[in-house]
Amino acid sequence: MSDHTAHPELTAEGSGHAHMDPAQAYDAAKLGIWTFLATEVLLFGGLFTAYIVFRLKFPEMFRIDHAHLDRLMGATNTVVLICSSLTVALGIAAIRKGKQGLLKIYLALTILLAAVFLGIKYVEWKEKFAHGLFPDTDVFFSLYFVMTGLHGLHVLGGMVVLGGVLALAWQGKFTERYYTPVEVSGLYWHFVDLVWIYLFPLFYLIG
Amino acid sequence: MKSSHGTGYGIYLAVFAALLALTGATVAVSYVDLGVMNVAVALLIASLKASLVALFFMHLKFENKLVWAFALVPIFFLVLIVGGTISDTLYR
Repeated sequence: MSDHTAHPELTAEGSGHAHMDPAQAYDAAKLGIWTFLATEVLLFGGLFTAYIVFRLKFPEMFRIDHAHLDRLMGATNTVVLICSSLTVALGIAAIRKGKQGLLKIYLALTILLAAVFLGIKYVEWKEKFAHGLFPDTDVFFSLYFVMTGLHGLHVLGGMVVLGGVLALAWQGKFTERYYTPVEVSGLYWHFVDLVWIYLFPLFYLIG
Repeated sequence: MKSSHGTGYGIYLAVFAALLALTGATVAVSYVDLGVMNVAVALLIASLKASLVALFFMHLKFENKLVWAFALVPIFFLVLIVGGTISDTLYR
């Protein structure tokens, strides 16, 4: 970018080419992901609102149905996601110190933990289906399948994004001075963990 | 070029341990019948965990006011939606 400083009028007008300085680009990317997360809060927020309304209307249904969910599996998946949040955070801490090898290990571990989460979720859903509990069984299970399903899609999406970041890390794209995609995808991943932090007690723990 | 956040391995591990402890606590409390308080305790613990994730894992604690605004505006609207819907459901 220093080669453009001689022509400030070119950078100012920017004919289709954004010449941001790296610090500015980093800040813009961060605000971008926080904006996306804002839309995500309201996407899940609508479903949480539906949950509250039906919970208030049918307290007995929620009390009886929630006992069908496996607390141990839910708790295990909570721990799995917390671990994956830690590995992503440690990955960012590693690349901040320029440790590319460690970053790759932590990203791979995060993707692995995400797969474990989905595996456990798969077993849970299969058990529910085997017991004749489907999304159209009643409002509780509609909400359960839609909300954990949408969250599961976010986990799947996170695996794809983190896989892409891992591929970039493999090509040596990240250094202690440039790691924006790692940080941005990490923020998304922590959000996926945040949603589960509320889904777990609302469906598994309180009746 | 990037502001260095004061986050290291130590703080991440401490937050991780706190999140595990809080998960254990919320599961343990769910086996005790406290009536309506079960819901309150579960939501309180979930919010504590969410705050830890946002402040430390998402570095919100070390971010400037602009990022805080971007994080809080959707929460404000969520409170508005949830609050309005609850009052409508309960008092209509």
